[in-house]
Amino acid sequence: MSVPVIQLEGIVTRFGHAVVHDGIDLTIPAGEVVSLVGGSGSGKTTLLREIVGLLTPTRGTVRLFGEDLHAGSRAAQARRRRRFGMLFQQGALFSAFNVFENVAFPLRELHGLSEREVRDAVMLKLALVELQPEHALLMPAELSGGMVKRVALARALALEPELLLLDEPTAGLDPDRSAAFVHLIQELQHQLGLTVVLVTHDLDTLAALSSRVAVLAEKRILVCDTLEHIMTIDHPFIERFFRSERSQRALARGMETA
Amino acid sequence: MDEADPIRLPELRVEGDRVTLCGDWTLRSLQPGLRRMRRQLDRVVQIPHWDLTAVGRLDNFGAQLLWRHWRERPPADLQAPDSIGRAIERVAALGAARPATRRRSLLAPVEALGEIGLGLVRHLIDFVALLGQLLIDLGYLSVRPGLWPLREISANIYKTGVKAMPVTALVGFLIGVVLSYLSALQLKAFGADIFIVNILGLGIIRELGPVLVSVLVAGRSGSAMTAQLGVMRVTEEIDALATMGISRHVRLVLPKVIALFVAMPLLVLWASAVAILGGMVSAYVQLDIGFLFFLQALPQAVPLPNLYIAIGKGAVFGMMIALVACHFGLRVKPNTESLSANTTASVVSAITMVILVDAVFAIATRGIGVPI
Repeated sequence: MSVPVIQLEGIVTRFGHAVVHDGIDLTIPAGEVVSLVGGSGSGKTTLLREIVGLLTPTRGTVRLFGEDLHAGSRAAQARRRRRFGMLFQQGALFSAFNVFENVAFPLRELHGLSEREVRDAVMLKLALVELQPEHALLMPAELSGGMVKRVALARALALEPELLLLDEPTAGLDPDRSAAFVHLIQELQHQLGLTVVLVTHDLDTLAALSSRVAVLAEKRILVCDTLEHIMTIDHPFIERFFRSERSQRALARGMETA
Repeated sequence: MDEADPIRLPELRVEGDRVTLCGDWTLRSLQPGLRRMRRQLDRVVQIPHWDLTAVGRLDNFGAQLLWRHWRERPPADLQAPDSIGRAIERVAALGAARPATRRRSLLAPVEALGEIGLGLVRHLIDFVALLGQLLIDLGYLSVRPGLWPLREISANIYKTGVKAMPVTALVGFLIGVVLSYLSALQLKAFGADIFIVNILGLGIIRELGPVLVSVLVAGRSGSAMTAQLGVMRVTEEIDALATMGISRHVRLVLPKVIALFVAMPLLVLWASAVAILGGMVSAYVQLDIGFLFFLQALPQAVPLPNLYIAIGKGAVFGMMIALVACHFGLRVKPNTESLSANTTASVVSAITMVILVDAVFAIATRGIGVPI
């Protein structure tokens, strides 16, 4: 348990001439819920994509569970990838599959689970995200935005991951739904002991969920600490992001639900 | 396993009437030896005392595995630490709900057959509706010349016509060479060398040119049109157009139909010309027929009406390809499966239609332009 789940060392990302990250170091130990915040275009989603290996940083290393993401044989890499689940911003459900098949897909790809085991596991995941059994046969096109997120979360949880990455989990949900979704993630995190990394703009979500907050500004991680501590830091970005009147209200609301 | 990733493999020990589990009971640790573990669990189901105190980690999958083997009842005597007990309780509480299943009736095959029939009828209705809508739009535009989507038409002519020139030329040239070469072998045997001009001229200009170009354009531009409309449906761009009060038929369908109506005859002429050039090269090499002689003999062998037939065929085929492509493109439902199915259907239907209509053309023009 001593090995940190995520270790980023000296991440530099460049798109053409535009430098997005200039030396990012970040360590996330197991069991933490870390929010990644930053202004629009500060490369939060890019960093998340680098963590899961969808993008390769120009320089620097990404270690998941103490190992380089691309180290080892193909089978070892696949095993490592099964230890984390990702919730994409738009859900990224397979539109040709129904809800059940979407969640069952990663389980079937393991080869070796019986049909009964797959079915039980899928129905449990759907129950965990508070979906009804009759939703299992719906197609993604027939789901509302909130349900898409739930199904996507169920799919991200299908392989019992230790690490969950959430890209804007509450974007596009109404305040009521997003509060319910935050509550759901909180519950799951407690029950399953997950490590969670989320990218969010939503201060309610941030205050309610995170045990630590990583602030991405000036192309690096400005600070990674508890929200209370961050609020005391004197920096123009933090001033604007956390201490405006609007932000204060949202944070207070989020703290209440936490 | 590697060192940074310590997995304790799950173990099951039986001592008398007591089952002791240890190691990690997670999907990851169970998966390699799952079959063996299932058999072991099946053998010890009846034993009443279970000791789970030495279990490292238990996830939902492990808990479900145990719960299922316990026949969804906890054993008489279960010793487990709190965290593990909670995991089992969670699985027990959520239960194994069955997904709702669609009932299958004995009449399903009949129903499926009926669906196919009705599907064909719907296709026909939609196609006629598309055609009608285009005619209405044409009527509407004919009195409002300012509203013609000229930019789109011009862009489509460039995309479907100009950019298709290299590939049609290449295919045409090679077909011309091959056709001429094979015919020359036969004609030489009969000493009828001179008829190569008739065979190539009539064959390519009247039949091969239009059909060949149609097949290429259906595969190249027809599929692109269907895919474009389909993706616009998936990304709700078509709905965005509708909310702006812009007719998708005027802005998306009409330019494609007009563009292929204009571009296809030109492509047919271009491809036929290059194919005849290929044939001439081959005829020169094989039969020693000079270019100049070939070109002088061509007008006598192929009367002018054949060219009009070719141009007419090109225009009709082009319009049909665009109509079929748009018809299928507008039917795409917002998912990937539907997109691929409709694109395939679009190309296959367009080519089939072209060949059917070509047969109709052949019958209708059987007395025209064939010197006897």
